[in-house]
Order: sequence, then structure tokens, then C-alpha cells
Amino acid sequence: MTQHRMSRRRILKAGAAAGLLSALPAPFVARFALGQSAFDWKRFKGEKIDVLLVKNPRSDLMQAAEKEFLELTGITVSSEQVPEQQQRQKAMIEFSSGKPTFDVAHLSMHVQKRLSEKGNWLEDLRPMLADGSLTTPDLDFNDFGKAGLNFCTAADGKQNAIPTFVDYWILYYNKELFEQKGVAYPTSMDEVYTAAQKLTDTSKGVYGFVSRGLKNANVPVWTSWLLGQGVETVSKDGKLLTDTPEAIWAGEQYKRMNREFAPPGTVGFNWNECQTSFATGRAAMWLDGIGFATPLEDPSKSKVVGKVGYGVVPKGPKAQHSAIFGDGLGISRTSTKKGAAWFYVQFITNKQNQLNILKNGAGSPARNSAFANQEVVRESKFGKQWFDCVLESAKVGRPGLPVIIPVTEFRDVFGVALTNMISGADPAAELKKATETFQPVLQKSEQG
Amino acid sequence: MAAPATPGARQAPASTPYVYDVTRKYWLFIAPATIVVGLVIVFPWIFTLWMSAHEWNVTGDHAFVALANYKKLLTDQRFLDSMWRTFWFTLLATLIPIVLGVWAALVFHREFPFRGILRTVFVMPMMATPVAIALVWTMMFHPQLGVLNYLLSLVGIAPFAWVYDPNTVIPTLVLVEVWHWTPLVMLIVLGGLAGLPTDPYEAALIDGASSWQMFRYITWPLILPYVMIALVIRTIDSLKVFDTIAVISQGGPGTASETLNYFLYLQAFQFYNLGYASAVVVIFFVIIIALSLLLLYLRQRTKWTD
Repeated sequence: MTQHRMSRRRILKAGAAAGLLSALPAPFVARFALGQSAFDWKRFKGEKIDVLLVKNPRSDLMQAAEKEFLELTGITVSSEQVPEQQQRQKAMIEFSSGKPTFDVAHLSMHVQKRLSEKGNWLEDLRPMLADGSLTTPDLDFNDFGKAGLNFCTAADGKQNAIPTFVDYWILYYNKELFEQKGVAYPTSMDEVYTAAQKLTDTSKGVYGFVSRGLKNANVPVWTSWLLGQGVETVSKDGKLLTDTPEAIWAGEQYKRMNREFAPPGTVGFNWNECQTSFATGRAAMWLDGIGFATPLEDPSKSKVVGKVGYGVVPKGPKAQHSAIFGDGLGISRTSTKKGAAWFYVQFITNKQNQLNILKNGAGSPARNSAFANQEVVRESKFGKQWFDCVLESAKVGRPGLPVIIPVTEFRDVFGVALTNMISGADPAAELKKATETFQPVLQKSEQG
Repeated sequence: MAAPATPGARQAPASTPYVYDVTRKYWLFIAPATIVVGLVIVFPWIFTLWMSAHEWNVTGDHAFVALANYKKLLTDQRFLDSMWRTFWFTLLATLIPIVLGVWAALVFHREFPFRGILRTVFVMPMMATPVAIALVWTMMFHPQLGVLNYLLSLVGIAPFAWVYDPNTVIPTLVLVEVWHWTPLVMLIVLGGLAGLPTDPYEAALIDGASSWQMFRYITWPLILPYVMIALVIRTIDSLKVFDTIAVISQGGPGTASETLNYFLYLQAFQFYNLGYASAVVVIFFVIIIALSLLLLYLRQRTKWTD
């Protein structure tokens, strides 16, 4: 097996470069990289890396590309897909042990960003981006959308991961039902309410609106409404904004939409129940992530094929935003094969592989170039409206969850409050109680 | 100085050192089992107890807090609710299968056409994986599209919210447990019925006893030890049920179906409060041991005597 070890001089050079470049954001670093020594994909030939992935269609595509990567680089990839919840637990435990068994890990940055930063799990990629012998000239770092990069960049500028996927929350709507009732696509959150009122016809089993009611899963619905007030759940200095008048307004909106116009049992609905209601034509609007176009346009799974409209989340009283969620690939800080791991990350997030995500309906990739490919737009069964919706949502994207360590506990505590609202509880009282419960958890998380 | 020998008293073994040697040799035989039990059962328990006395962060930091985790649990309304909910669920998910299982065993103990086929069909739910069963039931419970509400609509009954309503989620989850585990109770009791003597029944018939009297005074006392075995198994299983709840309701709506086991899962594997979760484990263990001892005591009392 060929081992490529860096000489002491090269390490000193790289260290000095890293020191100089650490003050620069990654795009500048990437430009700097292009002026250095020749890049060779075969440099780490013979090495073997371990990759931890989350079970989803995008990981299937990544695994399918491993053979091509082996041929290109001579690096063998051993990857495993683990269901999302278990994968997060595995990543948490292994990173915390200090000796993870993988070199590269897929991370759900909307949940694990702050945790990975505080735990110092990941290698800062800037020095490698700065090294022209390690970074392919084809990388085109600026092609990655701002939304995805924000998730993968720490507050101090460290480039902890490379974005692979960004999920934008949108409003799906049933064009046929809208036409039947003579309703136009809502342009504001208040109009979502009035549209849902007109579209609800319980005698036919049709409901105007559906969204998640199940605790934990329901929080992004509430934060989507909250973003319409131009605020998030936690301020930049780490204060909870969850019992403010804006948050209560979002709670009221969540409550009335789910109580008045949603199908019975919505209190226990996760995305799959919502999808079933919408796909069978029983719900006229559905607020959720953009990744459901594939099943909705599949005749074997949907009765609304060709009737689905894809709309940017309408503007709220003060702002218009789409709640976003993002994934990334990071390299373990303790990996002994960082070079090979970096080659893998570059390859798997290259333009072609990102385009494949789009072509295969596996979600919305993090690179902008994928959406500019007119051939894919023409051939896609989703239609041009879906692509327009992604691009427009990207312009108004804003994180749907706070960048804190106890994200899951946040979702649990506020998820219960939201569920209680659907059952009739007062939003102001529920949010006050949830804020009081969560405040000490948040404080403690940053102390430890 | 040797004590004087008392007439009639049992003499001490002549070769005490030899007995000592034999004991030492026996240690060799039980050593593997002792080591395994120590590593797999005793050590994790001591470690769990130790963790429960700490504020344990999965990132590596931990601080000794003595009994603070237990104190916090006693004032944690969500924990207390989950405990009572667990008892309520256990009561229903134990007693209903016992009643139905005993009844089914009495039915299948009789001779009738197609008994073998029907008995096989009745036992089938027990053979399926809980997670697979839970997924199928989840689809059936869908308020708009589930087959259960469709069947109700055929007989003019309004749709039911099933697991999508905080008030009906526990009874609905019990329904799944009853469907899944009644066959187990039936099999245990059927085994007991097969071994019953026929003499008491013949004597009772001669004395003119009714069917109910024969069940009440002969069958029931004789099968009671088997029912108690089923009761112990069902109680422990119901107390620690997790997969059905995790798949069907995920503890919801809200916390309406959050049992102790699910609460424990959230604390340990979602919130990573390992010290706090360890305290829950200890309390949960004490509850299971107490209930098991009570049931074993009752079982002992119902055993046949000569």
C-alpha cells in the first residue's frame, strides 16, 4: 500500500499558510488554492477510508459513486448507512469517545452544528482548501449556495464541512382544488388562513391545510410561521425568543390552522401522515420540506400527479422567509487519513454528483449549478415551478431551528407545547411554560 | 485442645482440609459463570448506580451530584405522569389478554371441526415481529384513510381518532398489545388444561354439578398456577414495552403515551442526560423487581398442594 506522508518542511509551510489563511473565509481560501502546485487524484492511491452516512436516497447515490471514485483515485471507501436517529447517536458517541471509527461523517447540521463545533469534532477544511496540491481546480467553491455554506461554517470562520443538501420548506398546494373553489395562491400568511377556510369541505373529506402535529416534528411548522415575523427562536446572543409577542402570534397561527382546517388526528401527524392526506387529495395545502415532490409525482403513490403546485412560503406580517435545514460532510479531526478523506468529500460533492441528486429526485443539492442545468429542468417530472420554488426559497432561506446544542430537547419541549395548542391550550401560556422549562437546559448546555 | 466427644453427637468430618480443597476446586468450575455474570450483570448495575449519582455529560464531563437526580425525578411532572401511565397501560395490557386468553384456551380445549386450523390462525399474531405489526397498525389507524375507520363507516359509526387523540391513544395501544399477546396466554393456559386430571370432572358429573360449577370449583383452581405464569410474563412484558409505542405514537400526541421506558429513551438517547436516565433505570428496576416478587409470591400461593 502506498503511503503518502508529508515532510516536516511541507507541514511547516502548510501550518504557516493555515495560520495566515485562518482569518479568511473559505471562498477566498479556495481561490488562493488554485495558484499552488499540481493536483493529483492518485496521490492517496491504496488508502482506505471509512464513511458514516445517513440512510436516505442521497446516500444511495453516494455509495453508487464509490466505484468511480476508486477508479479515479485508487482510494477504497467503506461506507455504511444508518437510519437518521441512530446515526446521530452513533456520531455523537463516537466523536465524544475521541476515536471515531470513521474518517468522514455525514452530519445534519441543523441539529448537530453547534454540538460539533463545541465538541471540536471536525477538521477545519480551510488549510486543505488553501493547498493547491490537495484541492482540485474543479472544486468551484463559490458554486455552493449561501444557505448550505452557512450551516457548514462556524461563527469563527472555520469551514467544518462541505454542504451536500439543503431542505427548503415550501407550501405544496393542490391546483385542482384551488381551481374548483376559485382560490388564488396566497400571498401572505393571513391569506393562507382565508384560503384554507374556503378550501375546507368536510362533507367531501377535504381539508384546507395539513401540517405536522406530532411533537418534535411539528416545531419547524411553528418556526416557519415565526420567520414571517422576521425573527428566529433564539437571538444571536443566545437568548430565547420563544415567548415574545411574535412567537405567540406564530403559536396562534399554528393553532388555528391545525385546529380549524386540518384533518382529524393531525395532533399525531408526522410528515408521512401529512403526505398521505395530501397525496390522496384530502388536503389542499401542505407546509413541509421540499423533498416530497418525488412521491407526490409518482402515479403509484399519489392521486395528485400533475396537480401539485409548489409555492414559496407566503410572507408574514413583517418578513418572508423559507425555513431551511442542511446537511454536510465533515472530516473527523482525529482521522489519520485526512488527505484521502478530503479527496472523497471533494469528489462526492462535485458538480456531477450534486446534479445526480436532482436528476434522481433525491432532494435539493447544495450547489447552485445543479439548478441552472436546463436539460435537467426540461426532463424533470417535477416541472419548472418546482425549480423556481427552490431558487426563490433559497433567496429567502433562514434556519428553521436554532443553532444550539440541545436542539432535540428544544424540539421536544416546544413540540409538546404545540401539541397542547392543537388540543385547545392557550399559546401564550404554553410558550411561557415551555420557555421556562427550556431556559435552564439551554444555559447548562453552554456551560458544560 | 480437643473437645470431649459427646455420645450420640454427629462427628466432625475426619478430613476437613480435604473438604477445603474440594471447595477450592469447585471455584474453578463456577469461575467462568461468575466472571460472565460479574461483567454482564453486576458491573453494569454498579456502573449505572454510579452514573445515577452524577451529572453525566456524553461529551465526557461528569460531576458528582449524590441523590440530586433522584430528587429531581420526584418533582419532574413528566416523569411522574409517565410512571402512572405505565401502570395504567400495564394493568390493561395484562388483564385483558389474561381474560381473553383463558377464554380462548377453554374454547380451543374442546373438540370441534377445524379446531387445529383455527388454533393456528389464532396463534399467528404472536409470531410476527412487534415493529412490523406496529407499522401495519399505524396504517390501519390513519383517521382519514385507515381501514379501521372505513369498517366503522360501513356500520354507520363515526370515524375514530385512535392513536391520534390524547384520550384514546393508550386504549388503542393496548388493543395492539392484546391482539399480539393474547395467543401467548392462550397457549400457556391450554398447556395447563391438557394436563388436568379427569377424575374430578367425572365425580362432579355424578354429583350433578353444572358447567359453571365445574369451571369455578375444578378448572379455575387447577389452571390458576398457569394463569399466574402468564400474568408474570405479561406484567413484565407490558411494563417494558417500547417498540410498539416508539413506532406507532412516539410517546404522543404530546406526552399522552409516554411510558417510563419511552421517557428513559428520550433522556438517554435523545437528550443525552445519562446521569438522569440512569436514575430512571434504577427506579424502573426497583418497580419491576417489586412487582415480580409480588407476583411470584402470589404464584407460590396458588401452586397445587398434595
